[in-house]
Amino acid sequence: MKKSKPNPKANRGILFFAYAASALFLCMGVYMGYFIQAKSEDAINNPYNARLSTFADRTVRGKILANDGTVLAETAVASDGTETRNYPYGELFAHAVGHSTAGTTGIEDLANFYLLTSHVNLLQKTVDDLAGRKSAGDSVVTTLDVALQTVASDALGNRRGAVIAMEPDTGKILAMVSKPAYDPNAVAAGWEELAGGDSSEARLLNRATQGLYPPGSTFKIVTALQYMREHPGAYNDYEFDCGGVFERDGYRIQCYHQTAHGKQNFTQAFANSCNGAFANLGLTVDLGEMHDLAGQLMFGRDLPLAVPYSRSVYQMDEDADEWEILQTSIGQGKTLVTPMHSLLLTAAIANGGILMQPYFIDHVENAAGQQGRAFKPAVYGELMVANEADALTGLMVAAVNEGTGSALRTDAYQAAGKTGSAEFEQGKETHAWFVGFAPVERPRIAVCVIVEEGGSGGQTAAPIARKLFDEYLGAE
Amino acid sequence: MTNLVVEISRYLIILLIAIYTYYNFRFFAVKDEAEQDLACRRQVVCLFMLHFLANLVIYANTESTVLIAFYVAQLAFFAAYIRLYRFFYRNVSRILVNNTCMLLCTGFVILTRLNPERAMRQFLIAAASAVATWIIPFIIDRVWQLVKFPLVYGLLGLVLLTAVWFAGNTSYGAQLALAVGGFSFQPSEFVKISFVFFAAAMFYRSVSFKNIVLTSVIAAAHVLVLVLSRDLGSALIYFVTYLVMLFVATSNWGYLGLGAVSAGVAARAAYSLFPHVRRRVLAWADPWSDVDDVGYQTAQSLFAIGTGGWFGMGLYRGMPEKIPVVDKDFVFAAVSEELGAIYALCLLFICLGCFLQFSMIAMKMQAMFYKLIAIGLGTVYITQVFLTVGGVIKFVPSTGVTLPFVSYGGSSILSTFILFGIIQGLYILKRGEEEEDEEE
Repeated sequence: MKKSKPNPKANRGILFFAYAASALFLCMGVYMGYFIQAKSEDAINNPYNARLSTFADRTVRGKILANDGTVLAETAVASDGTETRNYPYGELFAHAVGHSTAGTTGIEDLANFYLLTSHVNLLQKTVDDLAGRKSAGDSVVTTLDVALQTVASDALGNRRGAVIAMEPDTGKILAMVSKPAYDPNAVAAGWEELAGGDSSEARLLNRATQGLYPPGSTFKIVTALQYMREHPGAYNDYEFDCGGVFERDGYRIQCYHQTAHGKQNFTQAFANSCNGAFANLGLTVDLGEMHDLAGQLMFGRDLPLAVPYSRSVYQMDEDADEWEILQTSIGQGKTLVTPMHSLLLTAAIANGGILMQPYFIDHVENAAGQQGRAFKPAVYGELMVANEADALTGLMVAAVNEGTGSALRTDAYQAAGKTGSAEFEQGKETHAWFVGFAPVERPRIAVCVIVEEGGSGGQTAAPIARKLFDEYLGAE
Repeated sequence: MTNLVVEISRYLIILLIAIYTYYNFRFFAVKDEAEQDLACRRQVVCLFMLHFLANLVIYANTESTVLIAFYVAQLAFFAAYIRLYRFFYRNVSRILVNNTCMLLCTGFVILTRLNPERAMRQFLIAAASAVATWIIPFIIDRVWQLVKFPLVYGLLGLVLLTAVWFAGNTSYGAQLALAVGGFSFQPSEFVKISFVFFAAAMFYRSVSFKNIVLTSVIAAAHVLVLVLSRDLGSALIYFVTYLVMLFVATSNWGYLGLGAVSAGVAARAAYSLFPHVRRRVLAWADPWSDVDDVGYQTAQSLFAIGTGGWFGMGLYRGMPEKIPVVDKDFVFAAVSEELGAIYALCLLFICLGCFLQFSMIAMKMQAMFYKLIAIGLGTVYITQVFLTVGGVIKFVPSTGVTLPFVSYGGSSILSTFILFGIIQGLYILKRGEEEEDEEE
C-alpha cells in the first residue's frame, strides 16, 4: 500500500499534548482545592443546601457564648436522648442570639454550620461512637457583652425600639436589643401567638436591623457632609436667623417645639438641630451629588451584614420639588433608615471615615474549649475621607457640649453625637433617635438608640446612650 | 459501632487511594522493570484493601447479605480480570489493568450506595464487556488490514450518528440513544472509536492538503450532526480529538491555530444560536443567583463537594441523591461528597495517569497508524474526563458527559473497555516486537 512518509516530529506533538493535559489537570485540581479550602463555606451555608440538617443526627448543637464565655444558648440532653435548647437569659438576647427551635434566626442561624460541626478529639469521638452518643458540637464565642446588653435592655425598658453598640475600630457588635422581644425558650410553643398577634407589636422582628424609620435630624449628618463638600473650608460662614418656623413659598418647616434658635452659624445649627437652617441650606446643595453621596453611604444599597436586614431608602434626585428638598434635608420625607445602618455611619465617622465590617462571631472553639477558626476585624471600605470624618466629629462634639446632646455631658469622657426626633404620623409623638460615640480622642464604642414614639431624641434617646457609655467606659 | 467503622474506614480509604495514586506516578518515574512491577503489585494490594473497606462500610450501613454476595462477585471478577489478562497476554500493561479495576471499583462502590440494582446491572455489563473485549488485543496483534477501510469507519459512524439524530430518544434535552430490541445504546460512545480509526487511517495514507480537506469535511460532519443532536459534550470531544490527531500527523501549527480559531467562532455561534447552550454557560458563570432553576444542578454539585470537604462525609452520610443525574454525569460530585475531595482528586490523577500511559504507548509505536490511534483514543478519553470533572466542579460549563468506568451506563462501560482493549493491544504488540528484536 502506498503511503506518505510519516511525520518525524509526531512524538514531539504527542509530548506537547501530554504536558498540556497535565498542566490543565493540575489547574483543575488547584481550582477544586481552592474551592474546598476557601469558598466551600458559602456553599455549605447556602439556604438551599439541605445537607446541614443531617448534621444534627450526629452532633449535639454547640453552645453560643458571650465575649466573656457566659452561656447564652446551650443544648441539654436528657437521659432518654431528648434535646432541649436553653436560653438562660430569656428575652434579653432574643434577637441577637435568635433561636433554633422554630427555624433558625440571629446568631443561631449565622453559626448554624459551626454549632453542628464537632471538633472533639478523636479519642472522645471514638468513645462517643462506641457509646452510641452524639458528639458535642463546637461552641461559638460571640462579640456580645452581657453587661452592656443588660444595661441597654434595662435602659430601653418596656418601650418599643432598638439599641445597638459596636466597637468602631473592629466592627465587633457589643450589644443589640430590640423591643418588644420574645422568650426564645418558648418560641415553638408560643409560635401562633408570636407570628400572628398584634401586627404593630411584631415581636419576632429585629428592629435593630430590619426596622425602617425616618431618620429625623440624625440625617443632618448627611446633609452637613454634602454642604461641607460643596463649601470646603468656608462652610462655617453659613448663617441663618431662626424664628422657630421657616417659611418658604407657602411651605412651613418648624423647629422642635417651635423653639426659636436665633442667629445660627453652621456648627450651631447642627448642634441645636435647627430645622430651618438645614432646610434652607438643603435648597442650595446639588441634588445629584447628594444622591450619589447617599449611595456612597449605603442608602438603597446592601449593608456588609450577615444577618437579615432591610435596605435603607433614599429617593430624592434632581427632579425633586421644593417641599421634598425641605423635608429630605432634615431627615423627613421619603427617606427611611435602619438603626443598624445609622450605627454603621456613626462608627465610620468615629473610625476616621473607615467602616469596619460589623460581626457577631469572634471565634469558634471545640467543646473542650480549644480555639478553632477565629474571625479578624476586616475593613469594609472608606465611606468618607479622614478630614470629613474629623469635621463631622467636631459638629457632633458641639451637639453634645453646646446643643441637644446635653445628656452626654460629663467630665469622665468626651462624647460626640447627634439627636433626632423623627415625625412619622400626624398626631403621634416623634421617634427619639440618638447616634454617637465616645471617647472622642480614641473612640471605643459607638451606639445607636431609637425609641418609638419616645418624643425628643435629646431627652429620651440620649440618656440611654449615656448609660451604655458609662457602663462600657467604666465611669459610674 | 457503625459510626466508628465508617469513621476509621473513611480515613483509611483515603490513605489507600493516595498510596495507589503515588504508585501510579512512581511507575512513570522508575525505569527499572522490576521496580515497575513492584509498584503495580502494591497497587493491587491497595485496590483490594480499599475495596474491602468500602464494602465493609456498605455492609455496616445496609446489613444486607445480598450486598455481601455482590462484594464477593466483584472480588472474584477483579481477581480473575487481573490474573487472566496476564495469563493470556504476557506483556499486558499492568498499570492500565490496575487503573481499570480501580475506576470500576470506585464506580461499583458509589453506585451500590446510590442504587444497588443499578450497581448490579453495571457489574454484569462490566463483566460481560471485559470478557467480550478480551479478544481485542489478539485482533490488533494480527490484523494489520484494519488500516485499509478509512471511509468505511467514517461513513458508518456518520450513518449511526445521523440515525440517532432522527430517531433517538431524547434525554435531558439531547438525543443520545437508539433503542434496538429492548436495549438502548448510545452510538456516539462507539462512533468515537471508529472516528479515531477513520482519522488515523486517512492520515496514515497521506497528509497531503487534498486528503486533509477530505478528512476534515467528514470529521466536521460528525461534529455537526452531534451539535444538531444537542450532544455538545461529544461534539467537543470529537473536535478536540480530531485537532490533536491532525497536529500529531502534520506538526503544522497553522492547522492547530485554524482549528482553535474555528472552535472559538463555533462556540460563539452556538452561544447565540442555542438557548440550551446559553443556559449552561449562565449556570457556570453564576449558579448562585438562580439556584432554583438555571443553577440548580451546578449548585447542588457544589453543595455536595463543599459539604463533603477534603475527607468526605463518609459513605451513606451525604445527600448525593439531591444532585440530578448523580449516577452518570455528576458521579464525581457524589464521590467527592462521600469519599472526600482527596479521593476525588486522586481519581482525577489516576485518569491523567491513564492518558500519560496512552501517550507513552503512542510515542513508542513506530507505525503512524498505531501512533495516531493511541493518541487519538487517549485524547477521546482525557477530554471526556476533563469535561465531566470540569463541569462538576464548575471549572468549565457542564456538557453532560460521563466519567469513563465510574459513571453508570452500559454503552459508556463497553466503549471504554473497547478503548482500553485497543490500547492494550498496541502495547502488547510493541512489547512483542521488542522481545523479538532482543532475541535476534
